[in-house]
Amino acid sequence: MSIDETTAARVAKLARIKVDPEALPVLAQEFNGILGFIEQLSEVDVEGVEPMTSVTPQRLKRRADVVTDGDQQDKILKNAPDAREGFFAVPKVVE
Amino acid sequence: MTDLNKLGLAQARDALRNGETTSKALTEACLGAIEGAGALNAFVHHTPEIAMEQAAAADARIAKGDAPAMCGLPIGIKDLFCTKGVPSQAGSRILQGFLPEYESTITQNLFDNGAVMLGKLNMDEFAMGSSNETSVYGNAVNPWRRGNDDAALTPGGSSGGSASAVAADLCLAATGTDTGGSIRQPAAFTGTVGIKPTYGRCSRWGVVAFASSLDQAGPMTKSVRDAAIMLEAMCGHDPKDSTSADLAVPNFEAALTGDVRGKKIGIPKEYRMDGMPDEIEALWQDGIAMMKDAGAEIVDISLPHTKYALPAYYVIAPAEASSNLARYDGVRYGHRAKLEHGDGITEMYEKTRAEGFGPEVQRRVMIGTYVLSAGFYDAYYNRARRVRTLIKKDFEDVFAQGIDSILTPATPSAAFGLGEMTDADPVAMYLNDVFTVTVNLAGLPGIAVPTGTDRQGLPLGLQLIGRPWEEADLLSSAYALERAAGFVAKPEKWW
Repeated sequence: MSIDETTAARVAKLARIKVDPEALPVLAQEFNGILGFIEQLSEVDVEGVEPMTSVTPQRLKRRADVVTDGDQQDKILKNAPDAREGFFAVPKVVE
Repeated sequence: MTDLNKLGLAQARDALRNGETTSKALTEACLGAIEGAGALNAFVHHTPEIAMEQAAAADARIAKGDAPAMCGLPIGIKDLFCTKGVPSQAGSRILQGFLPEYESTITQNLFDNGAVMLGKLNMDEFAMGSSNETSVYGNAVNPWRRGNDDAALTPGGSSGGSASAVAADLCLAATGTDTGGSIRQPAAFTGTVGIKPTYGRCSRWGVVAFASSLDQAGPMTKSVRDAAIMLEAMCGHDPKDSTSADLAVPNFEAALTGDVRGKKIGIPKEYRMDGMPDEIEALWQDGIAMMKDAGAEIVDISLPHTKYALPAYYVIAPAEASSNLARYDGVRYGHRAKLEHGDGITEMYEKTRAEGFGPEVQRRVMIGTYVLSAGFYDAYYNRARRVRTLIKKDFEDVFAQGIDSILTPATPSAAFGLGEMTDADPVAMYLNDVFTVTVNLAGLPGIAVPTGTDRQGLPLGLQLIGRPWEEADLLSSAYALERAAGFVAKPEKWW
Protein backbone atom coordinates (compact mmCIF):
# COMPACT_ATOMS: atom_id res chain seq x y z
CA MET A 1 0.00 0.00 0.00
CA SER A 2 1.56 3.24 -1.09
CA ILE A 3 0.26 6.70 -0.40
CA ASP A 4 0.34 9.24 -3.22
CA GLU A 5 -0.02 13.00 -2.96
CA THR A 6 -3.75 12.85 -3.60
CA THR A 7 -4.24 10.46 -0.68
CA ALA A 8 -2.00 12.61 1.55
CA ALA A 9 -4.11 15.65 0.67
CA ARG A 10 -7.29 13.72 1.45
CA VAL A 11 -5.98 12.61 4.83
CA ALA A 12 -4.93 16.19 5.68
CA LYS A 13 -8.43 17.35 4.76
CA LEU A 14 -10.03 14.66 6.93
CA ALA A 15 -7.77 15.66 9.83
CA ARG A 16 -8.62 19.34 9.27
CA ILE A 17 -4.97 20.34 8.97
CA LYS A 18 -4.01 22.78 6.20
CA VAL A 19 -1.06 21.43 4.23
CA ASP A 20 0.50 23.49 1.45
CA PRO A 21 0.60 21.66 -1.89
CA GLU A 22 4.42 21.94 -1.96
CA ALA A 23 4.61 20.01 1.32
CA LEU A 24 2.58 17.05 0.07
CA PRO A 25 5.36 15.01 -1.59
CA VAL A 26 7.47 14.93 1.61
CA LEU A 27 4.39 14.18 3.70
CA ALA A 28 3.40 11.29 1.42
CA GLN A 29 6.94 9.94 1.66
CA GLU A 30 6.87 10.09 5.48
CA PHE A 31 3.50 8.35 5.56
CA ASN A 32 4.89 5.60 3.37
CA GLY A 33 7.85 5.13 5.68
CA ILE A 34 5.61 4.78 8.73
CA LEU A 35 3.05 2.59 6.97
CA GLY A 36 5.86 0.38 5.66
CA PHE A 37 6.89 -0.15 9.28
CA ILE A 38 3.30 -0.86 10.33
CA GLU A 39 2.95 -3.31 7.44
CA GLN A 40 4.85 -5.93 9.51
CA LEU A 41 1.59 -6.56 11.35
CA SER A 42 0.29 -8.43 8.34
CA GLU A 43 2.76 -11.25 9.17
CA VAL A 44 0.91 -12.03 12.41
CA ASP A 45 -1.70 -14.76 12.46
CA VAL A 46 -4.67 -13.07 14.13
CA GLU A 47 -7.26 -15.64 13.12
CA GLY A 48 -9.82 -16.00 15.91
CA VAL A 49 -8.17 -13.32 18.09
CA GLU A 50 -10.48 -10.67 19.51
CA PRO A 51 -9.45 -7.02 19.10
CA MET A 52 -8.62 -5.60 22.52
CA THR A 53 -11.23 -3.23 23.88
CA SER A 54 -9.96 -2.86 27.43
CA VAL A 55 -6.49 -3.69 28.68
CA THR A 56 -7.85 -4.43 32.16
CA PRO A 57 -10.97 -6.55 32.35
CA GLN A 58 -13.48 -4.32 34.07
CA ARG A 59 -17.11 -3.33 34.07
CA LEU A 60 -17.78 0.34 33.87
CA LYS A 61 -19.25 1.61 37.08
CA ARG A 62 -22.82 2.78 37.13
CA ARG A 63 -24.21 5.69 39.04
CA ALA A 64 -27.58 7.28 39.58
CA ASP A 65 -28.75 9.26 36.54
CA VAL A 66 -28.66 12.66 38.21
CA VAL A 67 -26.97 15.95 37.45
CA THR A 68 -23.60 16.08 39.22
CA ASP A 69 -22.05 19.05 37.52
CA GLY A 70 -22.98 22.24 35.73
CA ASP A 71 -23.77 25.92 36.21
CA GLN A 72 -20.33 27.07 35.22
CA GLN A 73 -20.81 28.91 31.96
CA ASP A 74 -18.22 31.55 32.88
CA LYS A 75 -15.54 28.98 33.58
CA ILE A 76 -16.28 27.10 30.39
CA LEU A 77 -16.09 30.21 28.23
CA LYS A 78 -13.11 31.71 30.00
CA ASN A 79 -10.47 30.15 27.75
CA ALA A 80 -12.35 30.64 24.48
CA PRO A 81 -10.50 32.67 21.83
CA ASP A 82 -13.81 34.40 21.06
CA ALA A 83 -16.81 34.26 23.40
CA ARG A 84 -19.76 36.61 23.19
CA GLU A 85 -22.97 36.91 25.19
CA GLY A 86 -22.48 33.56 26.84
CA PHE A 87 -21.65 31.66 23.64
CA PHE A 88 -18.58 30.45 21.76
CA ALA A 89 -18.26 32.62 18.67
CA VAL A 90 -17.20 31.13 15.32
CA PRO A 91 -17.26 32.28 11.69
CA LYS A 92 -20.65 32.10 10.04
CA VAL A 93 -21.70 28.47 9.53
CA VAL A 94 -25.16 28.85 7.93
CA GLU A 95 -25.90 31.44 5.24
CA MET B 1 22.01 21.78 56.06
CA THR B 2 23.49 22.71 52.70
CA ASP B 3 22.34 21.89 49.20
CA LEU B 4 18.82 21.02 50.32
CA ASN B 5 17.75 20.70 46.67
CA LYS B 6 20.02 17.67 46.36
CA LEU B 7 17.98 15.66 48.85
CA GLY B 8 15.58 12.95 47.81
CA LEU B 9 11.98 12.79 49.00
CA ALA B 10 12.61 10.31 51.82
CA GLN B 11 15.63 12.21 53.18
CA ALA B 12 13.82 15.55 53.03
CA ARG B 13 10.67 14.11 54.59
CA ASP B 14 12.68 12.72 57.50
CA ALA B 15 14.57 15.99 57.93
CA LEU B 16 11.27 17.89 58.00
CA ARG B 17 9.72 15.54 60.53
CA ASN B 18 12.82 15.79 62.73
CA GLY B 19 12.70 19.56 62.59
CA GLU B 20 16.11 19.75 60.90
CA THR B 21 14.83 21.92 58.09
CA THR B 22 11.68 23.60 56.82
CA SER B 23 9.67 23.36 53.65
CA LYS B 24 10.43 27.05 53.14
CA ALA B 25 14.17 26.32 53.16
CA LEU B 26 13.79 23.32 50.83
CA THR B 27 11.63 25.31 48.45
CA GLU B 28 13.98 28.29 48.41
CA ALA B 29 16.92 25.98 47.67
CA CYS B 30 15.06 24.50 44.69
CA LEU B 31 13.91 27.88 43.40
CA GLY B 32 17.53 29.04 43.55
CA ALA B 33 18.70 25.97 41.66
CA ILE B 34 16.02 26.50 39.01
CA GLU B 35 17.03 30.13 38.58
CA GLY B 36 20.58 29.07 37.84
CA ALA B 37 19.59 26.32 35.40
CA GLY B 38 18.07 28.21 32.49
CA ALA B 39 20.48 26.37 30.16
CA LEU B 40 18.66 23.09 30.85
CA ASN B 41 15.30 24.57 29.79
CA ALA B 42 13.60 22.09 32.11
CA PHE B 43 11.18 24.42 33.92
CA VAL B 44 9.08 26.31 31.38
CA HIS B 45 6.51 27.95 33.66
CA HIS B 46 7.69 29.10 37.07
CA THR B 47 5.34 29.30 40.04
CA PRO B 48 7.49 30.62 42.92
CA GLU B 49 4.56 32.43 44.58
CA ILE B 50 2.44 29.28 44.68
CA ALA B 51 5.46 27.31 45.90
CA MET B 52 6.21 29.68 48.79
CA GLU B 53 2.54 29.75 49.82
CA GLN B 54 2.31 25.96 49.75
CA ALA B 55 5.61 25.72 51.68
CA ALA B 56 4.29 28.03 54.41
CA ALA B 57 1.10 25.96 54.64
CA ALA B 58 3.15 22.76 54.79
CA ASP B 59 5.37 24.11 57.55
CA ALA B 60 2.26 24.99 59.55
CA ARG B 61 0.89 21.47 58.99
CA ILE B 62 4.14 19.86 60.07
CA ALA B 63 4.28 22.06 63.19
CA LYS B 64 0.82 20.74 64.09
CA GLY B 65 2.06 17.16 63.72
CA ASP B 66 0.01 16.57 60.56
CA ALA B 67 2.63 15.64 58.00
CA PRO B 68 1.50 13.26 55.24
CA ALA B 69 4.15 11.64 53.06
CA MET B 70 4.72 14.46 50.58
CA CYS B 71 4.16 17.32 53.02
CA GLY B 72 6.47 20.23 52.30
CA LEU B 73 8.38 18.49 49.50
CA PRO B 74 9.03 20.67 46.42
CA ILE B 75 8.40 18.96 43.10
CA GLY B 76 8.03 19.80 39.41
CA ILE B 77 4.90 19.05 37.37
CA LYS B 78 4.98 17.96 33.75
CA ASP B 79 3.22 20.47 31.50
CA LEU B 80 0.71 17.75 30.51
CA PHE B 81 -1.09 18.04 33.88
CA CYS B 82 -3.79 20.69 34.12
CA THR B 83 -3.05 22.93 37.07
CA LYS B 84 -5.63 25.50 38.06
CA GLY B 85 -4.74 29.00 36.95
CA VAL B 86 -1.27 27.94 35.81
CA PRO B 87 -0.33 27.51 32.12
CA SER B 88 -0.83 23.89 31.03
CA GLN B 89 0.10 23.66 27.37
CA ALA B 90 1.21 20.06 26.83
CA GLY B 91 4.27 21.58 25.17
CA SER B 92 2.09 22.79 22.31
CA ARG B 93 1.45 26.12 20.65
CA ILE B 94 -2.21 25.21 20.25
CA LEU B 95 -2.74 25.52 24.03
CA GLN B 96 -0.91 28.83 24.31
CA GLY B 97 -2.67 31.02 26.86
CA PHE B 98 -4.79 28.17 28.25
CA LEU B 99 -5.31 28.53 32.00
CA PRO B 100 -7.26 25.54 33.36
CA GLU B 101 -10.22 26.29 35.59
CA TYR B 102 -9.65 22.97 37.37
CA GLU B 103 -6.92 20.84 38.91
CA SER B 104 -5.96 17.37 37.64
CA THR B 105 -6.71 14.58 40.11
CA ILE B 106 -3.01 13.65 40.33
CA THR B 107 -1.83 17.15 41.20
CA GLN B 108 -4.76 17.55 43.60
CA ASN B 109 -3.78 14.28 45.31
CA LEU B 110 -0.20 15.52 45.61
CA PHE B 111 -1.30 18.91 46.97
CA ASP B 112 -3.64 17.21 49.44
CA ASN B 113 -0.56 15.31 50.58
CA GLY B 114 1.21 18.62 51.13
CA ALA B 115 3.46 18.68 48.05
CA VAL B 116 4.85 22.01 46.86
CA MET B 117 4.71 22.88 43.13
CA LEU B 118 7.78 24.71 41.81
CA GLY B 119 6.51 25.04 38.24
CA LYS B 120 5.73 23.21 35.02
CA LEU B 121 8.20 21.05 33.15
CA ASN B 122 9.20 20.85 29.51
CA MET B 123 8.02 17.90 27.41
CA ASP B 124 7.54 16.77 23.84
CA GLU B 125 4.44 18.28 22.28
CA PHE B 126 1.40 16.27 23.47
CA ALA B 127 3.92 13.72 24.81
CA MET B 128 4.74 12.67 21.24
CA GLY B 129 8.47 12.19 21.05
CA SER B 130 11.46 10.47 22.59
CA SER B 131 13.92 13.37 22.80
CA ASN B 132 11.99 16.44 23.97
CA GLU B 133 12.76 18.01 20.59
CA THR B 134 9.13 18.49 19.51
CA SER B 135 8.34 20.98 22.31
CA VAL B 136 7.07 24.48 21.59
CA TYR B 137 9.40 25.63 24.38
CA GLY B 138 12.51 24.31 22.61
CA ASN B 139 14.69 21.39 23.69
CA ALA B 140 15.13 20.39 27.30
CA VAL B 141 18.79 19.54 27.87
CA ASN B 142 20.29 16.58 29.73
CA PRO B 143 22.56 17.64 32.64
CA TRP B 144 24.79 14.68 31.71
CA ARG B 145 27.53 15.08 29.08
CA ARG B 146 29.83 12.62 27.31
CA GLY B 147 33.12 12.95 29.17
CA ASN B 148 34.63 16.33 28.34
CA ASP B 149 32.56 16.77 25.19
CA ASP B 150 30.26 19.75 25.63
CA ALA B 151 27.72 18.62 23.00
CA ALA B 152 24.17 19.00 24.36
CA LEU B 153 22.42 15.66 24.87
CA THR B 154 18.74 14.83 25.01
CA PRO B 155 17.23 14.01 28.41
CA GLY B 156 14.89 11.68 26.51
CA GLY B 157 11.19 12.15 26.06
CA SER B 158 8.50 12.82 26.35
CA SER B 159 9.04 13.61 30.06
CA GLY B 160 12.40 15.23 29.23
CA GLY B 161 12.00 18.30 31.42
CA SER B 162 11.00 16.13 34.38
CA ALA B 163 14.05 13.87 33.94
CA SER B 164 16.45 16.78 33.47
CA ALA B 165 15.08 18.64 36.50
CA VAL B 166 15.32 15.62 38.81
CA ALA B 167 18.81 14.64 37.60
CA ALA B 168 20.08 18.21 38.01
CA ASP B 169 18.56 18.55 41.51
CA LEU B 170 16.25 21.41 40.54
CA CYS B 171 13.48 19.67 42.47
CA LEU B 172 13.26 16.63 44.72
CA ALA B 173 11.06 14.72 42.28
CA ALA B 174 8.68 15.30 39.38
CA THR B 175 5.57 13.92 37.77
CA GLY B 176 5.81 12.24 34.39
CA THR B 177 3.48 10.43 32.04
CA ASP B 178 4.14 7.33 29.98
CA THR B 179 2.26 6.27 26.84
CA GLY B 180 5.02 4.20 25.20
CA GLY B 181 8.01 4.74 27.48
CA SER B 182 7.89 8.46 28.25
CA ILE B 183 8.76 8.02 31.93
CA ARG B 184 11.15 5.07 31.71
CA GLN B 185 13.26 6.15 28.71
CA PRO B 186 14.06 9.64 30.07
CA ALA B 187 14.71 8.16 33.52
CA ALA B 188 17.25 5.78 31.94
CA PHE B 189 18.87 8.64 29.99
CA THR B 190 19.40 10.73 33.12
CA GLY B 191 20.31 8.22 35.85
CA THR B 192 16.98 8.63 37.63
CA VAL B 193 14.17 6.26 38.63
CA GLY B 194 10.81 6.28 36.84
CA ILE B 195 7.82 4.01 37.29
CA LYS B 196 4.77 3.61 35.10
CA PRO B 197 2.11 1.93 37.22
CA THR B 198 -0.54 -0.54 36.05
CA TYR B 199 -3.08 1.03 33.69
CA GLY B 200 -5.85 2.37 35.91
CA ARG B 201 -3.73 3.00 39.02
CA CYS B 202 -3.38 6.73 38.40
CA SER B 203 -6.35 8.83 37.39
CA ARG B 204 -6.11 10.34 33.93
CA TRP B 205 -8.59 13.09 34.80
CA GLY B 206 -7.12 16.49 34.01
CA VAL B 207 -4.12 15.02 32.21
CA VAL B 208 -4.10 16.18 28.59
CA ALA B 209 -4.96 13.03 26.63
CA PHE B 210 -2.63 11.53 24.02
CA ALA B 211 -3.67 7.85 23.67
CA SER B 212 -6.21 7.14 26.37
CA SER B 213 -5.88 3.34 26.44
CA LEU B 214 -2.12 3.63 27.03
CA ASP B 215 -1.56 6.86 29.02
CA GLN B 216 -0.52 6.52 32.66
CA ALA B 217 1.08 9.01 35.02
CA GLY B 218 3.88 8.15 37.41
CA PRO B 219 6.68 9.63 39.51
CA MET B 220 10.25 10.42 38.41
CA THR B 221 12.58 10.40 41.37
CA LYS B 222 16.13 10.06 42.69
CA SER B 223 15.62 6.62 44.24
CA VAL B 224 13.28 3.63 44.32
CA ARG B 225 12.18 4.56 47.85
CA ASP B 226 11.20 8.02 46.61
CA ALA B 227 9.24 6.44 43.75
CA ALA B 228 7.32 4.31 46.27
CA ILE B 229 6.49 7.34 48.42
CA MET B 230 5.36 9.54 45.56
CA LEU B 231 3.45 6.85 43.66
CA GLU B 232 1.39 6.12 46.75
CA ALA B 233 0.49 9.80 47.04
CA MET B 234 -0.50 10.00 43.36
CA CYS B 235 -2.70 6.97 42.87
CA GLY B 236 -6.10 5.87 44.06
CA HIS B 237 -9.60 5.47 42.70
CA ASP B 238 -11.15 8.48 40.98
CA PRO B 239 -14.82 8.46 39.93
CA LYS B 240 -13.96 11.12 37.34
CA ASP B 241 -11.89 8.62 35.31
CA SER B 242 -14.01 5.65 34.25
CA THR B 243 -10.89 3.51 33.76
CA SER B 244 -9.54 4.30 37.23
CA ALA B 245 -9.32 1.11 39.29
CA ASP B 246 -11.35 0.90 42.47
CA LEU B 247 -8.64 -0.92 44.38
CA ALA B 248 -6.99 -0.18 47.70
CA VAL B 249 -3.56 1.45 47.39
CA PRO B 250 -0.95 -0.53 49.32
CA ASN B 251 1.73 1.09 51.42
CA PHE B 252 4.44 0.84 48.79
CA GLU B 253 7.26 2.09 50.98
CA ALA B 254 6.52 -0.43 53.71
CA ALA B 255 6.78 -3.20 51.11
CA LEU B 256 10.38 -2.26 50.19
CA THR B 257 12.13 -5.21 51.72
CA GLY B 258 14.47 -5.75 48.78
CA ASP B 259 14.13 -9.45 49.47
CA VAL B 260 14.04 -11.28 46.13
CA ARG B 261 15.01 -14.70 47.46
CA GLY B 262 13.01 -17.34 45.61
CA LYS B 263 11.48 -14.82 43.20
CA LYS B 264 11.38 -15.91 39.59
CA ILE B 265 12.80 -13.26 37.26
CA GLY B 266 12.16 -13.80 33.57
CA ILE B 267 14.69 -12.88 30.89
CA PRO B 268 12.90 -12.58 27.54
CA LYS B 269 15.01 -13.77 24.63
CA GLU B 270 13.18 -11.52 22.16
CA TYR B 271 14.64 -8.43 23.87
CA ARG B 272 18.09 -9.34 22.56
CA MET B 273 17.86 -7.13 19.48
CA ASP B 274 20.05 -7.25 16.40
CA GLY B 275 22.64 -4.52 16.54
CA MET B 276 22.14 -3.91 20.26
CA PRO B 277 25.30 -2.20 21.60
CA ASP B 278 27.66 -4.43 23.62
CA GLU B 279 27.36 -2.05 26.54
CA ILE B 280 23.61 -2.61 26.80
CA GLU B 281 24.09 -6.37 26.63
CA ALA B 282 26.78 -6.16 29.33
CA LEU B 283 24.55 -3.98 31.52
CA TRP B 284 21.76 -6.51 31.18
CA GLN B 285 24.05 -9.44 32.05
CA ASP B 286 25.32 -7.53 35.09
CA GLY B 287 21.75 -6.93 36.22
CA ILE B 288 20.92 -10.62 35.80
CA ALA B 289 23.96 -11.51 37.91
CA MET B 290 22.95 -9.01 40.61
CA MET B 291 19.45 -10.45 40.91
CA LYS B 292 20.85 -13.97 40.98
CA ASP B 293 23.32 -13.04 43.72
CA ALA B 294 20.45 -11.54 45.68
CA GLY B 295 18.76 -14.94 45.65
CA ALA B 296 16.36 -14.67 42.71
CA GLU B 297 15.83 -17.53 40.31
CA ILE B 298 16.63 -16.49 36.74
CA VAL B 299 14.36 -18.06 34.11
CA ASP B 300 14.68 -17.75 30.34
CA ILE B 301 11.31 -16.84 28.89
CA SER B 302 9.77 -16.06 25.53
CA LEU B 303 7.45 -13.19 24.63
CA PRO B 304 6.96 -14.17 20.99
CA HIS B 305 5.04 -11.11 19.75
CA THR B 306 7.54 -8.52 21.04
CA LYS B 307 8.64 -7.62 17.51
CA TYR B 308 5.13 -6.47 16.65
CA ALA B 309 4.67 -4.18 19.65
CA LEU B 310 6.08 -1.02 18.06
CA PRO B 311 4.17 -1.37 14.80
CA ALA B 312 0.95 -2.07 16.76
CA TYR B 313 1.66 0.96 18.94
CA TYR B 314 2.16 3.18 15.88
CA VAL B 315 -1.36 2.29 14.76
CA ILE B 316 -3.16 2.40 18.10
CA ALA B 317 -1.52 5.50 19.60
CA PRO B 318 -1.95 7.73 16.52
CA ALA B 319 -5.51 6.47 16.07
CA GLU B 320 -6.43 7.46 19.62
CA ALA B 321 -4.48 10.71 19.28
CA SER B 322 -6.32 11.71 16.11
CA SER B 323 -9.56 11.29 18.02
CA ASN B 324 -8.39 12.95 21.25
CA LEU B 325 -6.78 15.90 19.48
CA ALA B 326 -9.90 16.64 17.44
CA ARG B 327 -10.94 18.87 20.33
CA TYR B 328 -8.27 21.45 19.41
CA ASP B 329 -10.37 23.37 16.95
CA GLY B 330 -9.77 27.00 17.92
CA VAL B 331 -13.23 27.29 19.46
CA ARG B 332 -13.08 26.42 23.14
CA TYR B 333 -9.52 27.09 24.25
CA GLY B 334 -6.03 27.95 23.12
CA HIS B 335 -4.87 29.29 19.80
CA ARG B 336 -7.12 30.39 16.93
CA ALA B 337 -5.55 31.34 13.59
CA LYS B 338 -6.10 34.81 12.15
CA LEU B 339 -8.63 34.43 9.38
CA GLU B 340 -8.79 36.05 5.94
CA HIS B 341 -11.90 37.78 4.74
CA GLY B 342 -14.34 35.12 3.56
CA ASP B 343 -12.80 32.27 5.54
CA GLY B 344 -15.43 29.95 6.97
CA ILE B 345 -15.37 27.52 9.85
CA THR B 346 -13.47 24.81 7.92
CA GLU B 347 -10.66 27.26 7.10
CA MET B 348 -10.62 28.25 10.76
CA TYR B 349 -10.14 24.62 11.84
CA GLU B 350 -7.54 23.87 9.19
CA LYS B 351 -5.45 27.00 9.70
CA THR B 352 -5.67 26.80 13.50
CA ARG B 353 -4.49 23.19 13.58
CA ALA B 354 -1.74 23.80 10.98
CA GLU B 355 -0.38 26.69 13.06
CA GLY B 356 -1.00 25.17 16.45
CA PHE B 357 0.38 21.64 16.00
CA GLY B 358 4.06 20.98 15.30
CA PRO B 359 5.21 18.59 12.55
CA GLU B 360 5.36 15.39 14.66
CA VAL B 361 1.89 15.92 16.10
CA GLN B 362 0.50 16.69 12.65
CA ARG B 363 2.13 13.56 11.30
CA ARG B 364 0.66 11.34 14.02
CA VAL B 365 -2.81 12.88 13.81
CA MET B 366 -2.83 12.26 10.07
CA ILE B 367 -1.51 8.69 10.39
CA GLY B 368 -4.24 8.08 12.95
CA THR B 369 -6.84 9.59 10.66
CA TYR B 370 -5.64 7.33 7.85
CA VAL B 371 -5.70 4.07 9.82
CA LEU B 372 -9.21 4.86 11.07
CA SER B 373 -10.56 5.90 7.68
CA ALA B 374 -13.11 3.86 5.75
CA GLY B 375 -11.50 0.92 4.01
CA PHE B 376 -8.42 0.80 6.26
CA TYR B 377 -10.00 0.45 9.69
CA ASP B 378 -9.97 -3.34 9.59
CA ALA B 379 -6.62 -3.72 7.88
CA TYR B 380 -4.79 -1.45 10.27
CA TYR B 381 -6.69 -0.51 13.41
CA ASN B 382 -8.52 -3.75 14.10
CA ARG B 383 -5.48 -5.83 13.19
CA ALA B 384 -3.33 -3.79 15.59
CA ARG B 385 -5.87 -4.32 18.37
CA ARG B 386 -5.78 -8.07 17.70
CA VAL B 387 -1.99 -8.03 17.89
CA ARG B 388 -2.29 -6.11 21.14
CA THR B 389 -4.40 -8.95 22.55
CA LEU B 390 -1.60 -11.37 21.61
CA ILE B 391 1.08 -9.17 23.20
CA LYS B 392 -0.86 -9.07 26.44
CA LYS B 393 -1.34 -12.85 26.27
CA ASP B 394 2.45 -13.33 25.94
CA PHE B 395 2.81 -11.70 29.37
CA GLU B 396 -0.16 -13.56 30.87
CA ASP B 397 1.40 -16.85 29.77
CA VAL B 398 4.74 -16.19 31.49
CA PHE B 399 3.07 -14.89 34.64
CA ALA B 400 0.96 -18.07 34.66
CA GLN B 401 4.23 -20.04 34.60
CA GLY B 402 5.10 -18.41 37.92
CA ILE B 403 7.30 -15.53 36.73
CA ASP B 404 7.22 -12.68 39.26
CA SER B 405 8.92 -9.99 37.22
CA ILE B 406 10.80 -9.53 33.96
CA LEU B 407 14.20 -7.88 33.61
CA THR B 408 15.12 -6.08 30.38
CA PRO B 409 17.21 -3.12 29.22
CA ALA B 410 15.28 0.16 29.50
CA THR B 411 16.60 1.69 26.27
CA PRO B 412 18.60 0.48 23.27
CA SER B 413 21.30 3.16 23.83
CA ALA B 414 22.52 5.90 26.15
CA ALA B 415 21.30 9.49 25.67
CA PHE B 416 22.04 10.76 22.17
CA GLY B 417 22.91 14.27 21.04
CA LEU B 418 20.18 16.85 20.48
CA GLY B 419 19.79 17.23 16.72
CA GLU B 420 21.54 13.93 15.96
CA MET B 421 18.30 12.29 14.88
CA THR B 422 16.91 15.26 12.95
CA ASP B 423 17.63 13.80 9.54
CA ALA B 424 16.73 10.25 10.47
CA ASP B 425 13.29 9.04 9.41
CA PRO B 426 10.56 9.14 12.09
CA VAL B 427 10.70 5.36 12.52
CA ALA B 428 14.35 5.51 13.72
CA MET B 429 13.24 7.75 16.59
CA TYR B 430 10.34 5.41 17.40
CA LEU B 431 12.82 2.57 18.06
CA ASN B 432 13.80 4.28 21.33
CA ASP B 433 10.69 2.77 22.87
CA VAL B 434 11.32 -0.79 21.69
CA PHE B 435 11.78 -2.19 25.23
CA THR B 436 9.15 -0.07 26.97
CA VAL B 437 6.16 0.00 24.63
CA THR B 438 5.09 -3.64 25.21
CA VAL B 439 4.37 -2.73 28.84
CA ASN B 440 1.89 0.00 27.86
CA LEU B 441 0.17 -2.26 25.35
CA ALA B 442 -0.27 -4.91 28.06
CA GLY B 443 -1.23 -2.35 30.75
CA LEU B 444 1.50 -3.58 33.12
CA PRO B 445 3.64 -1.74 35.65
CA GLY B 446 7.27 -1.08 34.63
CA ILE B 447 10.13 0.69 36.35
CA ALA B 448 13.49 1.98 35.09
CA VAL B 449 16.41 1.86 37.52
CA PRO B 450 19.90 3.26 36.80
CA THR B 451 22.44 0.45 37.12
CA GLY B 452 25.57 1.56 35.27
CA THR B 453 27.31 3.92 32.88
CA ASP B 454 28.62 3.58 29.35
CA ARG B 455 32.22 4.17 28.21
CA GLN B 456 31.60 7.90 28.01
CA GLY B 457 30.24 8.07 31.52
CA LEU B 458 26.57 8.35 30.56
CA PRO B 459 23.98 6.61 32.74
CA LEU B 460 22.23 3.44 31.57
CA GLY B 461 19.16 1.82 33.07
CA LEU B 462 17.43 -1.51 33.31
CA GLN B 463 13.71 -2.10 33.34
CA LEU B 464 11.72 -4.41 35.58
CA ILE B 465 8.20 -5.34 34.47
CA GLY B 466 5.71 -6.58 37.07
CA ARG B 467 2.38 -8.35 37.28
CA PRO B 468 -0.70 -6.14 37.07
CA TRP B 469 -1.48 -4.31 40.34
CA GLU B 470 1.66 -5.68 41.98
CA GLU B 471 3.62 -2.44 42.06
CA ALA B 472 4.55 -3.12 45.69
CA ASP B 473 6.37 -6.31 44.74
CA LEU B 474 7.86 -4.66 41.64
CA LEU B 475 9.21 -1.73 43.67
CA SER B 476 10.72 -4.13 46.19
CA SER B 477 12.54 -6.02 43.40
CA ALA B 478 13.67 -2.68 41.93
CA TYR B 479 14.97 -1.75 45.38
CA ALA B 480 17.05 -4.93 45.42
CA LEU B 481 18.45 -4.08 41.98
CA GLU B 482 19.18 -0.50 43.04
CA ARG B 483 21.03 -1.64 46.15
CA ALA B 484 23.07 -4.21 44.24
CA ALA B 485 23.98 -1.78 41.45
CA GLY B 486 24.91 1.00 43.88
CA PHE B 487 24.59 3.66 41.17
CA VAL B 488 25.54 6.98 42.79
CA ALA B 489 27.04 8.99 39.91
CA LYS B 490 25.73 12.51 39.38
CA PRO B 491 26.28 14.84 36.43
CA GLU B 492 29.03 17.39 36.92
CA LYS B 493 27.52 20.87 37.04
CA TRP B 494 28.24 22.91 33.87
CA TRP B 495 24.98 24.86 33.58
